[in-house]
Amino acid sequence: MSRKPYVRPISKTWWLEKPEYTLYMLRELTSVFVGGYAVVLLVGLKRLGEGPAAYEAFLAALTSPLAIALHVLALLFAVLHSATFFLAAPAALPLQIGEEKVSPGIVAGAHYAAWVVVSLAVFGLVVWR
Amino acid sequence: MAEKTIEIEVLRYDPEKDAEPHFQTFTVPYVEHWVVLDALTHIKDEIDQTLTFRWSCHMAVCGSCGYTINGEPHLGCKTFIREFYPNKVRVEPLANFPIERDLVVVQDDFIDKFADIKPYIIREHHNTIEEGTYKQSRAELIKFKQYTMCINCLLCYSACPQYGLNQEFYGPANLAMGHRYNTDSRDEGREERMEVLAAEEGVWGCTFVGACSRACPKDVDPAGAIQQIKIAATNDWMKEKLMPWGKK
Repeated sequence: MSRKPYVRPISKTWWLEKPEYTLYMLRELTSVFVGGYAVVLLVGLKRLGEGPAAYEAFLAALTSPLAIALHVLALLFAVLHSATFFLAAPAALPLQIGEEKVSPGIVAGAHYAAWVVVSLAVFGLVVWR
Repeated sequence: MAEKTIEIEVLRYDPEKDAEPHFQTFTVPYVEHWVVLDALTHIKDEIDQTLTFRWSCHMAVCGSCGYTINGEPHLGCKTFIREFYPNKVRVEPLANFPIERDLVVVQDDFIDKFADIKPYIIREHHNTIEEGTYKQSRAELIKFKQYTMCINCLLCYSACPQYGLNQEFYGPANLAMGHRYNTDSRDEGREERMEVLAAEEGVWGCTFVGACSRACPKDVDPAGAIQQIKIAATNDWMKEKLMPWGKK
Protein backbone atom coordinates (compact mmCIF):
# COMPACT_ATOMS: atom_id res chain seq x y z
CA MET A 1 0.00 0.00 0.00
CA SER A 2 1.45 3.29 -1.03
CA ARG A 3 1.44 6.39 1.11
CA LYS A 4 0.32 9.77 -0.20
CA PRO A 5 0.09 12.20 2.73
CA TYR A 6 -2.00 15.27 1.91
CA VAL A 7 -0.62 18.65 2.94
CA ARG A 8 -3.33 21.27 3.41
CA PRO A 9 -2.42 24.75 2.14
CA ILE A 10 -2.43 27.67 4.61
CA SER A 11 -4.43 30.65 3.40
CA LYS A 12 -2.79 34.09 3.31
CA THR A 13 -5.60 35.34 5.55
CA TRP A 14 -5.06 32.68 8.27
CA TRP A 15 -4.75 35.48 10.81
CA LEU A 16 -8.35 36.55 10.16
CA GLU A 17 -9.73 33.08 10.82
CA LYS A 18 -9.61 33.18 14.63
CA PRO A 19 -9.99 36.22 16.93
CA GLU A 20 -6.89 35.17 18.92
CA TYR A 21 -4.78 35.22 15.72
CA THR A 22 -6.19 38.63 14.69
CA LEU A 23 -5.42 40.07 18.13
CA TYR A 24 -1.90 38.65 17.83
CA MET A 25 -1.38 40.32 14.44
CA LEU A 26 -2.70 43.63 15.83
CA ARG A 27 -0.19 43.27 18.65
CA GLU A 28 2.60 42.67 16.12
CA LEU A 29 1.42 45.79 14.26
CA THR A 30 1.85 47.89 17.42
CA SER A 31 5.61 47.82 16.80
CA VAL A 32 5.10 49.95 13.66
CA PHE A 33 3.35 52.66 15.67
CA VAL A 34 5.76 52.48 18.61
CA GLY A 35 8.69 52.66 16.15
CA GLY A 36 7.01 55.49 14.20
CA TYR A 37 6.55 57.50 17.36
CA ALA A 38 10.23 57.04 18.22
CA VAL A 39 11.08 58.51 14.80
CA VAL A 40 8.83 61.54 15.53
CA LEU A 41 10.72 62.10 18.81
CA LEU A 42 14.09 61.83 17.02
CA VAL A 43 12.98 64.36 14.39
CA GLY A 44 11.90 66.68 17.24
CA LEU A 45 15.35 66.31 18.82
CA LYS A 46 17.01 67.15 15.51
CA ARG A 47 14.80 70.25 15.07
CA LEU A 48 15.68 71.32 18.62
CA GLY A 49 19.36 71.13 17.70
CA GLU A 50 18.73 73.31 14.67
CA GLY A 51 17.55 76.23 16.78
CA PRO A 52 14.38 77.80 18.25
CA ALA A 53 12.71 78.62 14.92
CA ALA A 54 13.03 75.04 13.62
CA TYR A 55 11.73 73.65 16.93
CA GLU A 56 8.72 76.03 16.96
CA ALA A 57 7.88 74.94 13.40
CA PHE A 58 8.10 71.29 14.50
CA LEU A 59 5.73 71.96 17.44
CA ALA A 60 3.32 73.78 15.12
CA ALA A 61 3.33 70.84 12.72
CA LEU A 62 2.32 68.56 15.61
CA THR A 63 -0.91 70.51 16.14
CA SER A 64 -2.29 69.71 12.67
CA PRO A 65 -5.41 67.45 12.68
CA LEU A 66 -3.48 64.72 10.85
CA ALA A 67 -0.68 64.77 13.46
CA ILE A 68 -3.23 64.63 16.29
CA ALA A 69 -5.09 61.74 14.65
CA LEU A 70 -1.82 59.81 14.21
CA HIS A 71 -0.90 60.47 17.84
CA VAL A 72 -4.27 59.16 19.06
CA LEU A 73 -3.82 56.05 16.88
CA ALA A 74 -0.24 55.56 18.16
CA LEU A 75 -1.48 55.93 21.75
CA LEU A 76 -4.19 53.28 21.23
CA PHE A 77 -1.67 50.84 19.78
CA ALA A 78 0.87 51.64 22.54
CA VAL A 79 -1.80 50.94 25.19
CA LEU A 80 -2.69 47.64 23.45
CA HIS A 81 1.01 46.73 23.35
CA SER A 82 1.59 47.53 27.03
CA ALA A 83 -1.62 45.91 28.27
CA THR A 84 -0.94 42.63 26.45
CA PHE A 85 2.77 42.76 27.36
CA PHE A 86 2.06 42.90 31.09
CA LEU A 87 -0.65 40.27 30.75
CA ALA A 88 2.01 37.94 29.29
CA ALA A 89 4.56 38.75 32.00
CA PRO A 90 3.60 35.94 34.42
CA ALA A 91 4.30 33.31 31.72
CA ALA A 92 7.81 34.62 31.12
CA LEU A 93 8.57 35.42 34.77
CA PRO A 94 7.06 32.70 36.95
CA LEU A 95 7.65 33.28 40.66
CA GLN A 96 7.92 30.56 43.22
CA ILE A 97 8.35 31.21 46.95
CA GLY A 98 9.42 28.00 48.67
CA GLU A 99 6.88 25.37 47.66
CA GLU A 100 4.23 27.87 46.52
CA LYS A 101 3.86 29.33 43.05
CA VAL A 102 2.91 33.00 43.10
CA SER A 103 -0.44 33.50 41.35
CA PRO A 104 -0.11 34.87 37.78
CA GLY A 105 -2.68 37.51 38.74
CA ILE A 106 -0.31 38.96 41.35
CA VAL A 107 2.63 39.09 38.91
CA ALA A 108 0.51 40.74 36.20
CA GLY A 109 -1.18 43.00 38.76
CA ALA A 110 2.18 44.25 40.07
CA HIS A 111 3.21 45.12 36.51
CA TYR A 112 -0.05 46.96 35.87
CA ALA A 113 0.28 48.85 39.17
CA ALA A 114 3.85 49.92 38.30
CA TRP A 115 2.64 50.94 34.83
CA VAL A 116 -0.08 53.18 36.32
CA VAL A 117 2.31 54.74 38.87
CA VAL A 118 4.99 55.50 36.26
CA SER A 119 2.38 56.84 33.80
CA LEU A 120 0.93 59.14 36.48
CA ALA A 121 4.44 60.34 37.40
CA VAL A 122 5.22 61.16 33.76
CA PHE A 123 1.82 62.82 33.35
CA GLY A 124 2.46 64.87 36.51
CA LEU A 125 5.91 65.94 35.26
CA VAL A 126 4.42 67.16 31.96
CA VAL A 127 1.39 68.93 33.44
CA TRP A 128 2.78 70.43 36.66
CA ARG A 129 6.37 71.21 35.75
CA MET B 1 -41.03 10.23 20.23
CA ALA B 2 -38.27 9.88 17.67
CA GLU B 3 -34.79 9.34 18.97
CA LYS B 4 -32.69 12.51 19.12
CA THR B 5 -29.83 12.59 16.64
CA ILE B 6 -26.86 14.83 15.89
CA GLU B 7 -24.89 15.31 12.66
CA ILE B 8 -21.17 14.61 12.67
CA GLU B 9 -19.31 16.06 9.69
CA VAL B 10 -15.97 14.33 9.20
CA LEU B 11 -13.13 15.24 6.84
CA ARG B 12 -12.38 12.08 4.84
CA TYR B 13 -9.25 11.35 2.85
CA ASP B 14 -8.34 8.05 1.24
CA PRO B 15 -4.82 8.34 -0.23
CA GLU B 16 -5.56 5.51 -2.68
CA LYS B 17 -8.71 7.10 -4.14
CA ASP B 18 -8.90 10.80 -3.30
CA ALA B 19 -6.98 13.67 -4.86
CA GLU B 20 -7.93 15.83 -1.89
CA PRO B 21 -9.97 15.53 1.34
CA HIS B 22 -13.74 16.05 1.39
CA PHE B 23 -16.42 16.21 4.09
CA GLN B 24 -18.86 13.39 4.78
CA THR B 25 -21.84 13.82 7.12
CA PHE B 26 -23.03 11.04 9.43
CA THR B 27 -26.16 11.11 11.58
CA VAL B 28 -25.64 9.44 14.96
CA PRO B 29 -27.80 9.10 18.09
CA TYR B 30 -27.56 12.06 20.45
CA VAL B 31 -26.47 10.72 23.82
CA GLU B 32 -25.88 13.42 26.41
CA HIS B 33 -22.78 11.84 27.95
CA TRP B 34 -21.11 11.05 24.63
CA VAL B 35 -17.85 12.72 23.74
CA VAL B 36 -16.79 13.24 20.11
CA LEU B 37 -14.72 10.04 20.32
CA ASP B 38 -17.89 8.06 21.23
CA ALA B 39 -19.64 9.45 18.16
CA LEU B 40 -16.67 8.50 15.92
CA THR B 41 -16.58 5.01 17.45
CA HIS B 42 -20.33 4.64 16.76
CA ILE B 43 -19.76 5.61 13.12
CA LYS B 44 -16.92 3.07 12.78
CA ASP B 45 -18.85 0.26 14.51
CA GLU B 46 -22.31 0.84 13.01
CA ILE B 47 -22.10 2.93 9.83
CA ASP B 48 -18.73 2.95 8.07
CA GLN B 49 -15.90 0.74 9.26
CA THR B 50 -13.40 2.42 6.91
CA LEU B 51 -13.40 5.60 9.03
CA THR B 52 -9.85 5.91 10.36
CA PHE B 53 -8.85 7.74 13.55
CA ARG B 54 -6.37 7.35 16.40
CA TRP B 55 -7.50 6.77 19.95
CA SER B 56 -6.53 4.70 22.95
CA CYS B 57 -7.30 5.52 26.58
CA HIS B 58 -10.56 7.55 26.36
CA MET B 59 -9.49 9.52 29.48
CA ALA B 60 -7.17 12.37 28.38
CA VAL B 61 -4.00 10.52 29.33
CA CYS B 62 -2.65 8.91 26.15
CA GLY B 63 -2.82 11.96 23.86
CA SER B 64 -3.90 9.95 20.80
CA CYS B 65 -7.28 11.48 19.93
CA GLY B 66 -6.39 15.08 19.07
CA TYR B 67 -8.68 16.39 16.31
CA THR B 68 -9.81 19.76 15.04
CA ILE B 69 -13.35 20.03 16.41
CA ASN B 70 -15.44 22.89 15.04
CA GLY B 71 -12.24 24.67 14.06
CA GLU B 72 -10.37 24.32 17.36
CA PRO B 73 -7.83 21.69 18.44
CA HIS B 74 -9.35 19.44 21.13
CA LEU B 75 -9.08 15.92 22.49
CA GLY B 76 -11.94 13.79 21.12
CA CYS B 77 -12.31 12.10 24.50
CA LYS B 78 -12.64 15.37 26.43
CA THR B 79 -15.11 17.20 24.18
CA PHE B 80 -18.80 16.46 24.75
CA ILE B 81 -21.20 16.53 21.80
CA ARG B 82 -23.74 18.25 24.09
CA GLU B 83 -21.55 21.38 23.82
CA PHE B 84 -22.66 21.64 20.18
CA TYR B 85 -26.14 20.06 20.14
CA PRO B 86 -28.47 20.69 18.28
CA ASN B 87 -25.84 22.07 15.88
CA LYS B 88 -23.62 19.67 13.98
CA VAL B 89 -20.09 18.77 15.02
CA ARG B 90 -17.35 19.18 12.42
CA VAL B 91 -14.33 16.91 12.98
CA GLU B 92 -11.11 17.39 10.99
CA PRO B 93 -7.55 16.13 11.47
CA LEU B 94 -5.18 18.32 13.50
CA ALA B 95 -4.06 21.35 11.51
CA ASN B 96 -0.42 21.87 10.45
CA PHE B 97 0.28 18.15 9.90
CA PRO B 98 -0.02 16.18 6.63
CA ILE B 99 -3.07 13.89 6.53
CA GLU B 100 -2.21 10.19 6.31
CA ARG B 101 -5.84 9.03 6.07
CA ASP B 102 -9.12 10.51 7.36
CA LEU B 103 -8.38 11.88 10.87
CA VAL B 104 -4.90 10.37 11.14
CA VAL B 105 -2.00 12.80 10.67
CA VAL B 106 1.69 12.18 9.96
CA GLN B 107 3.59 12.83 13.21
CA ASP B 108 7.12 12.03 12.00
CA ASP B 109 8.37 15.63 12.10
CA PHE B 110 7.36 16.05 15.73
CA ILE B 111 8.83 12.70 16.78
CA ASP B 112 12.20 13.33 15.04
CA LYS B 113 12.52 16.71 16.76
CA PHE B 114 11.47 15.19 20.09
CA ALA B 115 14.61 13.03 20.01
CA ASP B 116 16.78 16.08 19.22
CA ILE B 117 15.90 17.89 22.44
CA LYS B 118 17.10 14.92 24.54
CA PRO B 119 14.02 14.47 26.72
CA TYR B 120 15.73 12.52 29.48
CA ILE B 121 17.99 13.22 32.46
CA ILE B 122 21.62 13.65 31.45
CA ARG B 123 24.29 13.13 34.13
CA GLU B 124 28.03 13.70 34.02
CA HIS B 125 28.38 11.28 36.89
CA HIS B 126 25.92 8.46 37.47
CA ASN B 127 25.42 7.48 41.08
CA THR B 128 26.22 3.92 42.01
CA ILE B 129 23.66 1.97 44.04
CA GLU B 130 25.79 2.61 47.15
CA GLU B 131 25.75 6.38 46.49
CA GLY B 132 21.95 6.26 46.44
CA THR B 133 19.21 8.06 44.51
CA TYR B 134 19.30 11.65 43.31
CA LYS B 135 17.48 13.58 46.01
CA GLN B 136 15.09 16.35 45.10
CA SER B 137 13.11 18.68 47.34
CA ARG B 138 9.42 19.39 46.83
CA ALA B 139 10.25 22.99 45.89
CA GLU B 140 12.65 21.70 43.19
CA LEU B 141 9.96 19.34 41.88
CA ILE B 142 7.29 22.06 41.70
CA LYS B 143 9.60 24.11 39.44
CA PHE B 144 9.12 21.73 36.50
CA LYS B 145 6.20 19.47 37.44
CA GLN B 146 3.62 21.13 35.18
CA TYR B 147 5.77 20.40 32.10
CA THR B 148 5.80 16.68 32.94
CA MET B 149 2.02 16.64 32.38
CA CYS B 150 2.50 16.87 28.58
CA ILE B 151 0.86 13.91 26.79
CA ASN B 152 2.27 14.72 23.30
CA CYS B 153 -1.24 15.12 21.91
CA LEU B 154 0.00 17.78 19.44
CA LEU B 155 -2.93 20.14 20.05
CA CYS B 156 -0.36 22.89 20.66
CA TYR B 157 1.26 22.30 17.24
CA SER B 158 -2.17 22.44 15.65
CA ALA B 159 -2.92 25.75 17.41
CA CYS B 160 0.47 27.31 16.56
CA PRO B 161 0.43 29.42 13.35
CA GLN B 162 4.23 29.68 13.44
CA TYR B 163 4.61 25.89 13.17
CA GLY B 164 2.12 25.94 10.29
CA LEU B 165 4.13 28.58 8.45
CA ASN B 166 7.62 27.31 9.30
CA GLN B 167 8.02 23.57 9.71
CA GLU B 168 11.67 23.97 10.72
CA PHE B 169 10.38 25.31 14.06
CA TYR B 170 10.73 22.82 16.91
CA GLY B 171 7.30 23.78 18.23
CA PRO B 172 5.63 24.17 21.64
CA ALA B 173 5.60 20.69 23.22
CA ASN B 174 9.20 19.83 22.28
CA LEU B 175 10.58 23.13 23.59
CA ALA B 176 8.53 22.82 26.80
CA MET B 177 9.91 19.31 27.27
CA GLY B 178 13.46 20.67 26.85
CA HIS B 179 12.68 23.26 29.53
CA ARG B 180 11.28 20.51 31.76
CA TYR B 181 14.68 18.76 31.84
CA ASN B 182 16.69 22.00 31.98
CA THR B 183 14.83 23.02 35.15
CA ASP B 184 15.12 19.58 36.78
CA SER B 185 17.66 19.83 39.62
CA ARG B 186 18.92 16.29 38.87
CA ASP B 187 19.83 17.12 35.26
CA GLU B 188 23.24 18.22 33.99
CA GLY B 189 22.51 18.33 30.25
CA ARG B 190 21.47 21.98 29.92
CA GLU B 191 24.47 22.99 27.78
CA GLU B 192 23.98 20.33 25.09
CA ARG B 193 20.21 20.80 25.10
CA MET B 194 20.54 24.59 24.63
CA GLU B 195 22.31 24.00 21.30
CA VAL B 196 18.90 23.01 19.93
CA LEU B 197 16.61 25.06 22.18
CA ALA B 198 18.45 28.38 21.66
CA ALA B 199 18.82 27.96 17.88
CA GLU B 200 16.90 29.93 15.25
CA GLU B 201 14.48 27.04 14.73
CA GLY B 202 14.32 26.57 18.51
CA VAL B 203 12.73 29.18 20.78
CA TRP B 204 13.42 32.03 18.32
CA GLY B 205 10.92 30.52 15.89
CA CYS B 206 8.26 31.45 18.46
CA THR B 207 6.60 34.88 18.28
CA PHE B 208 4.51 34.34 21.43
CA VAL B 209 1.09 34.00 19.86
CA GLY B 210 0.21 32.05 23.01
CA ALA B 211 -2.36 29.83 21.26
CA CYS B 212 -0.43 26.68 22.29
CA SER B 213 -1.00 27.29 25.99
CA ARG B 214 -4.69 28.04 25.49
CA ALA B 215 -5.10 24.81 23.48
CA CYS B 216 -3.25 22.59 25.97
CA PRO B 217 -5.66 20.12 27.65
CA LYS B 218 -3.19 19.52 30.51
CA ASP B 219 -2.32 23.15 31.49
CA VAL B 220 1.33 22.71 30.57
CA ASP B 221 1.82 26.33 29.33
CA PRO B 222 4.43 25.71 26.61
CA ALA B 223 4.35 29.42 25.64
CA GLY B 224 5.57 30.31 29.13
CA ALA B 225 8.33 27.70 28.96
CA ILE B 226 9.52 29.07 25.61
CA GLN B 227 9.69 32.67 26.89
CA GLN B 228 11.70 31.43 29.89
CA ILE B 229 14.15 29.66 27.57
CA LYS B 230 14.45 32.89 25.53
CA ILE B 231 15.45 34.76 28.69
CA ALA B 232 17.93 32.00 29.64
CA ALA B 233 19.40 31.96 26.11
CA THR B 234 19.77 35.76 26.14
CA ASN B 235 21.54 35.60 29.52
CA ASP B 236 23.87 32.91 28.14
CA TRP B 237 24.67 35.08 25.11
CA MET B 238 25.37 38.18 27.23
CA LYS B 239 27.63 36.23 29.56
CA GLU B 240 29.55 34.76 26.63
CA LYS B 241 29.86 37.91 24.46
CA LEU B 242 29.93 40.73 26.98
CA MET B 243 31.60 39.02 29.94
CA PRO B 244 33.99 36.46 28.43
CA TRP B 245 35.96 36.51 31.66
CA GLY B 246 32.88 35.17 33.47
CA LYS B 247 32.86 32.04 31.33
CA LYS B 248 33.78 28.93 33.20
